[in-house]
Amino acid sequence: MSVASTDNAISTGRITRAFIYLMLILFATFYLLPFAIMVINSVKPLSEINGGNMMALPQVFTLEPWFKAWSSAQIGIEPTGLKPYFWNSLKMVFPAVAISTVLGALNGYVLTKWRFKGDTILFGLMLFACFIPFQIVLIPMARVLGFLNIAGSTPGLVLVHVVYGLGFTTLYFRNYYQVFPTELIRAAQIDGAGFFRIFWRIMLPSSGPIIVVSVIWQFTNIWNDFLFGASFADLDSQPMTVALNNLVSASTGVKEYNVHFAGAILAALPTLLVYIVAGRYFVRGLMAGSVKG
Amino acid sequence: MSFLKINNATKSYGSTEVLHNIDIDVQEGEFLVLVGPSGCGKSTLLNMIAGLEDITSGTISIKGQAMNGVHPSKRNIAMVFQSYALYPNMTVGQNITFGLEMHGIAKPEREKAMAQVAEMLQIKPLLNRKPGQLSGGQRQRVAMGRALVRDPDVFLFDEPLSNLDAKLRVDMRTEIKKLHQKLGTTIVYVTHDQIEAMTLSTRIAVMNGGYVQQLGTPKEIYDSPANLFVASFMGSPSMNLVPAKVVANGDGIFAQLPTGLSDKVNLKFSNPTEALKGFDQKEIVLGIRPEAITDPDGADQKANHVEQIMNRVIVTEPAGSDTYVMSSLGGKDCNARMRADAQVVAGQDVPFAINMDKAIPFDPFSELRIA
Repeated sequence: MSVASTDNAISTGRITRAFIYLMLILFATFYLLPFAIMVINSVKPLSEINGGNMMALPQVFTLEPWFKAWSSAQIGIEPTGLKPYFWNSLKMVFPAVAISTVLGALNGYVLTKWRFKGDTILFGLMLFACFIPFQIVLIPMARVLGFLNIAGSTPGLVLVHVVYGLGFTTLYFRNYYQVFPTELIRAAQIDGAGFFRIFWRIMLPSSGPIIVVSVIWQFTNIWNDFLFGASFADLDSQPMTVALNNLVSASTGVKEYNVHFAGAILAALPTLLVYIVAGRYFVRGLMAGSVKG
Repeated sequence: MSFLKINNATKSYGSTEVLHNIDIDVQEGEFLVLVGPSGCGKSTLLNMIAGLEDITSGTISIKGQAMNGVHPSKRNIAMVFQSYALYPNMTVGQNITFGLEMHGIAKPEREKAMAQVAEMLQIKPLLNRKPGQLSGGQRQRVAMGRALVRDPDVFLFDEPLSNLDAKLRVDMRTEIKKLHQKLGTTIVYVTHDQIEAMTLSTRIAVMNGGYVQQLGTPKEIYDSPANLFVASFMGSPSMNLVPAKVVANGDGIFAQLPTGLSDKVNLKFSNPTEALKGFDQKEIVLGIRPEAITDPDGADQKANHVEQIMNRVIVTEPAGSDTYVMSSLGGKDCNARMRADAQVVAGQDVPFAINMDKAIPFDPFSELRIA
């Protein structure tokens, strides 16, 4: 979603250009099709879906499935809709994203500007966190949560996601701060700013692009996480993803496909929104540090 | 008692010693320049004074107080960095007052100090801008403003002019010198540019390989370099260093060397020292600055002894204000600085006048000046 510039595009002939556009349109259609079908079917009465053609546009437009998915659909044993779980997700995502981003920034700051013996090894070990699959940490994490007495709660989930995300956020900030001029830190030291003052007053305010990267990355990952939510949450802390699963895979009653579609879109909306609002900074931030401006 | 005293200071990284037993005393109001090629340890020494690098052994004291282990902000110093190190997220005004704010000075006083400094450096219109919107010269001023506003005991400058273009560099050089004359503060200034060192300083410490090669006034450094390194490093174009043999006879003491025309020319020393007499029949390196070799009309009339020789011109380089004339002396290229309108043509044999008052003999083995 970065802004394409025309200056560095290779100039091409008319036919090539037409071909490129054709391919782009084809691929765009291909990728948008599933979403289009979800939207179309979420505003149809169930009878139209059961009647046959999923591809057809709605004959009767209704927002009923959306309201139902949001507030009255049967999730597990309660007819609550996705609403409470949406709040659960938000209550989990915001602290988890904030804490992991700030800690990652702090780690990056220490690893680049307050170097100590063995810091590269430590950083290497932290990088491992990026390669560990979710499943491997399940059992140790369950033990830790039990030990801390926060199993089955939102704080527990926040802890899980902070721990799991720290490897990534540290990597981002470390690479970003690597090229941050050390003379600035020295100037601030002479000016009398201490460790945290330098961090809050000088490093963080200059970290806009990489904060955006970290926030988008963490937000998407944590919001979309299913495994940790399914494993470590109980009924009043289950995130949206788990609730959506419970809604869709309910084995009793009529399958309300239109409600399922609406629910799925609801679950995907926040990440979509984050990408639209901050996406342009994402590529920019990912590039920062890797390419010298 | 000296104001800033560096006493037997060394710096090691692991087992590698990069600065060896540095002793420098700086008096209040002095402008000391640390000059040397890159990697000579001058910036490390400056950082040690600032407290950004710790001192491995020895002491550094300011106003009689040992600074070992004292935090940079508690040393009452201010530093101007090569990259200016302006905080990119703050306005010029905030940049200047950040240090005062960190030291808990109340806002009205900060504003007053800022206004004063802005007035002095003529950066008032810039106060609300961000560093990114400033030109190199303006950033330089702001960086100096940030140092000035603290009213420190010692100013530290780390190659502050090396990021500016040539013309601006000369302007800012003058500006810094004016500032020093006006404020009379103690300054330690690091540069690799020997012209900056000569023009700005009251004293120069020439450094190389982690040692102070020579510490003295610009005139001492230029006229009586302690060794071959100082001789060749200071001065542009650099000093001619030609191998010669000392010959003593009843008429005096001579440096004997071949030129491009004859294989033996005797140059008589104006006032030979006793030490030089001891080098009779031995090899030396004779150092003669380009400006001490001229055309006969341009020779210094006040010199005690000017030696005139014929030599062949290899190349001439007219530089506008002067003409540099290359010839061969002692088997080496020898640069002479003649008047701009001296009539010399490449390939011709012309007379050269050598001011022997300015000729300096060096011992080729110890590389020290024979004095």
